[in-house]
Amino acid sequence: MRNRWNIKVEVLGVALAILWLLPFYLMFVNSFKSKKEIFLDTTSPPEAWSFDNYIVAFQELDFLRTLFNSLLITVVSVLLIVLFSAMAAYALSRAKSKISTFLFFLFVSAMLIPFQSVMIPLVTVFGQFDMLNRGGLIFMYIGFGASLSIFLYHGALNNVPKSLDEAAKIDGANRWQVFWHIIFPILKPITVTVAILNIIWIWNDYLLPSLVINTTGSETIPLKMFFFFGEYTKQWHLALAGLTLAIIPVIIFYFFAQRSIIKGVSDGAVK
Amino acid sequence: MRTRDLSYWLFLAPVLLALGLVVVVPMVLGLFYSFTAWNGIQTGEFVGFQNYINLFTDERFLDSLWFTTKFSVVSVILINFIGLSLALIVTSKIKTSSLLRTTFFMPNLIGGLILGFIWQFIFLKVFASVGEAVGMESLQAWLSTTETGFWGLVILMSWQMAGYIMVIYIAYLEGLPNELIEAAEIDGASTIQRFRYIIFPLVAPAFTVSMFLTLSNTFKLYDQNLSLTAGGPYNSTEMVAMEIFKTAFVQNAFAYAQAKAIIFFLIVAIIALVQVYINKRREVEM
Repeated sequence: MRNRWNIKVEVLGVALAILWLLPFYLMFVNSFKSKKEIFLDTTSPPEAWSFDNYIVAFQELDFLRTLFNSLLITVVSVLLIVLFSAMAAYALSRAKSKISTFLFFLFVSAMLIPFQSVMIPLVTVFGQFDMLNRGGLIFMYIGFGASLSIFLYHGALNNVPKSLDEAAKIDGANRWQVFWHIIFPILKPITVTVAILNIIWIWNDYLLPSLVINTTGSETIPLKMFFFFGEYTKQWHLALAGLTLAIIPVIIFYFFAQRSIIKGVSDGAVK
Repeated sequence: MRTRDLSYWLFLAPVLLALGLVVVVPMVLGLFYSFTAWNGIQTGEFVGFQNYINLFTDERFLDSLWFTTKFSVVSVILINFIGLSLALIVTSKIKTSSLLRTTFFMPNLIGGLILGFIWQFIFLKVFASVGEAVGMESLQAWLSTTETGFWGLVILMSWQMAGYIMVIYIAYLEGLPNELIEAAEIDGASTIQRFRYIIFPLVAPAFTVSMFLTLSNTFKLYDQNLSLTAGGPYNSTEMVAMEIFKTAFVQNAFAYAQAKAIIFFLIVAIIALVQVYINKRREVEM
């Protein structure tokens, strides 16, 4: 009885999983077809697995450079967010005072502000100071990413005993050394969570870079996706190849870091 | 470490600078500009509440607010229903459990913009060709009406977010005490009774978290809206975030767009504060 029920559940689960993958299947098989073939049939595998669309899409997207831009902006932003947020959370958790409480409250309440509410003044002010470029973008990511990261680090730091700091201090270490050699390594599990949450968000972000990056050659992957959709006649065969190319790096990342990703996302939401 | 130490401020300096210039200053400036005739270059004269008063007769803004609300309510219900169902499936004793989790969660890692484009292809091309093959009129011309645009967005978001919500429900379901469920089973409680009287009350906090997470995500939706329907046909599927963007950067009505942005902030903040209130109340009860 029990077994038969489980088999039913399993069959249902697998059927749903196939349904979930269907959009990716459709994208994939059609990305190998010619324009005419897509017009005739969208559901079966292609007559021939031709890479012609990919060669064109690769060039049109300037793929290697675009991939590099996305990697550069994501990696630098996330490294800085991790370092600066851990430092700030450490200071806030070790110096208990009204100032710390106020600053923590400030960081947490900043999480309530939707991007659209600050978008217009942000872009005009940064524009006046000539900061609408990749450097400015990274700086903005630190500002937007710090709140949640500090919140998560702060929670983790409350479980790290202060006696650890004191012991290291007696041994002659200064504040920075205590933080960098003792505290930061202990925080590794939460660092993984913070890094993953920020990587997913920054890698996929579209609106902010679309407002900040205006020069050809510094676009990230999401910005380049519009190349195939800006015109009146859509080149679906090329667009689908481009979309597949854009997804490949994410799939590779997911393949290697699955467990940490799911754990990170779940921790970030539940805490 | 004390707050009067230099080291305290050095540790805080980078984030204070970034948060100050990126969030606090623009927020304060934005609030100020929303009471002026600011055009992006000159502050213009002080107009009091005029921008806010105009909002109430701005049909396009009100329509987008109504569309966003409808979309959010329908999506929140569907996403949570599907998410919980998926969580119950993958936490039961089945062999493919971890493979299924991986699959259901996958769409969340990919940007909303890209997902919207993929579904645009499905709704426009695949639906049309399947509809033709099986003779279903209703699969033709998707995204060309307000109705199909609405359901297109709902389908896209349910597919994307259900796996995310599933992960949250899993976290609570796996924290359930096994002895309790087994004890109920021995006492002869049916699957439905076990769910209704034991599992459901214990995962109740997961509902609050998931509901508000989906609500705030769907209410602030922009990327998927842009890539799937771009607000069309005739701006009828335009959500608030996109409406604010267009007011600012297409119509160049900066101060007016900023007033809309402040109202948007207030709605989002109220949603979040209600959640905090509910959580606090529950903690007191427990």
